[in-house]
Amino acid sequence: MKWFLGHLDQVAQLMLNHAVLALIPLVVGLLLALPLGWLAKRYRGLYSPLIAGTGLLYTIPSLALFILMPLVLGTGILDPVNVVVALTVYTVALLVRTVADGLGSVPDEVVQAATAMGIGRLRRFWSVELPLAVPVIAAGLRVAAVSNVSIVSVAALLGISQLGSLFTDGFARNFLDPIVVGIGACMVLALAMDLAILLLSRAATPWLRTRVAA
Amino acid sequence: MISFTDVTKVYLGGTTAVGGLSLTAPTGKITVLVGPSGCGKTTSLRMINRMIEPTSGTIEIDGRDTASLNPNELRRGIGYVIQSGGLFPHRTILDNIATVPLLLGWDRAKARTRAHELLERVGLDPVLGKRYPNQLSGGQQQRVGVARALAADPPVMLMDEPFSAVDPVVREQLQDEFLRLQGDLDKTIVFVTHDIDEAMKLGDQVAVMRVGGVLAQLASPAKLLADPHDDFVADFLGRDRGYRALAFAEAPELPLRDEPVVLLGSTVALAAETAAGDRWVLVVDDAGAPLGWSEPERLSGLIDRDHLHRGGTVARIGGSLRAALDAALSSPSRRGVLVADDGRLVGTVRAQDVLSAIERRPAGAVA
Repeated sequence: MKWFLGHLDQVAQLMLNHAVLALIPLVVGLLLALPLGWLAKRYRGLYSPLIAGTGLLYTIPSLALFILMPLVLGTGILDPVNVVVALTVYTVALLVRTVADGLGSVPDEVVQAATAMGIGRLRRFWSVELPLAVPVIAAGLRVAAVSNVSIVSVAALLGISQLGSLFTDGFARNFLDPIVVGIGACMVLALAMDLAILLLSRAATPWLRTRVAA
Repeated sequence: MISFTDVTKVYLGGTTAVGGLSLTAPTGKITVLVGPSGCGKTTSLRMINRMIEPTSGTIEIDGRDTASLNPNELRRGIGYVIQSGGLFPHRTILDNIATVPLLLGWDRAKARTRAHELLERVGLDPVLGKRYPNQLSGGQQQRVGVARALAADPPVMLMDEPFSAVDPVVREQLQDEFLRLQGDLDKTIVFVTHDIDEAMKLGDQVAVMRVGGVLAQLASPAKLLADPHDDFVADFLGRDRGYRALAFAEAPELPLRDEPVVLLGSTVALAAETAAGDRWVLVVDDAGAPLGWSEPERLSGLIDRDHLHRGGTVARIGGSLRAALDAALSSPSRRGVLVADDGRLVGTVRAQDVLSAIERRPAGAVA
């Protein structure tokens, strides 16, 4: 506790780094997963290969992926971009299925009604299908957010500074306090992101919390 | 006017959904497509607004080939009502109704005013406008579906089994209101149903289709009942065709009898005296509208609503022969109750008098 109070600024800075490294991939991954998920839903034949293919990406160990990134991207080993890109890959891996299933959960007659009223394909996606898929997509997003927070810490092994640095620091000095503080801060961050997504999704779906007529 | 010329739809794999369909849906009339499942009626409907593209043949709306038009613009000019409404769950009722006007570029205020107006037009309380579809009953949602289709006042409406997901009582109400609405609006309507009774009730003309999307017969309901083209049509129409055809024959002037009546709340003694030896006496309200039959000898005290026999149907003067005959047949006194348009009792008629009127019609008469 004394160590924590003495290093408040440092912990706050690490937490901010951690949050940025976890959030950017979440947003970018979602943006990439939307068209891929749409393709998987739209073209039946693409569903299995896309879901299986992106799912396979998730099985690559994170440390291996972090180390591979500089080779693929031509970045320096300490570049945070490596972490961002690697986590984006994981996010996409988790979200393609979610987006496809979310779009698939939109009732067929609603999509048909939209088409019949002359709402074009792109407009239909943004104004009808996506809003109705929000609950399913948000559920997947919450899993991805928590998973990102946890995976980011591995990047400490490469020397990229975030909450994981507290673990490597604690191990190196055989000192428990930073490790405990790091675990606590990770949990707080994960819970905060989870809650934020939950609240956003609720705000985006007011029709789900109406009383059903008698 | 919508005209199909030799329209065919063959799906990948070779299934023929619609096989060489030619028919015309006249302007301002309701054309019903009816048939068993797999007869291509919904496919035919959806080819009109190009949700499904025909394999061959042409579909024209007022002389313009739909294949030459932009599909989205074509669809915005055609109202579409789908089973169970197909409302957007994430939009309020008003926003649902305003969808097409907004797509057409109306300003928001005008679109909302129009949506309000339509909400009332289809018999819904304007306070419902701010609610979401899941807060409405099935019947209310269906009305919103109709309002939404009417929003931009399209000359053509396509309706795909719009009333089949609601219970029979609500369905009947919706059908009646739909006919009343159409009486004001005179839209060119193509209506798909699998329910032959619905087809007969709503259609100005009815196209009976058989599996494979082939037209079996296109005719007015009365003509169909009187002269089915073949066994398939006859079987599909079902039983009691002679009786049902009477629904399309307006009753001529029938020999009415004056019916002695008592007011609700009269004493049984008065009722018995009025009945003058007959077992049944008709009870009316203050406005002279018939309420039901009463059997004084089995009652005592005052005549109240609970003791009325309500089995008898009531026919309107100038209504159909079927309604008049049914009123007579269903009445416990065997005297069919006839009322004026305002609901007041005019008199009663005997089944035999209705039958004589039917007999007097020329043989083979159609409506």
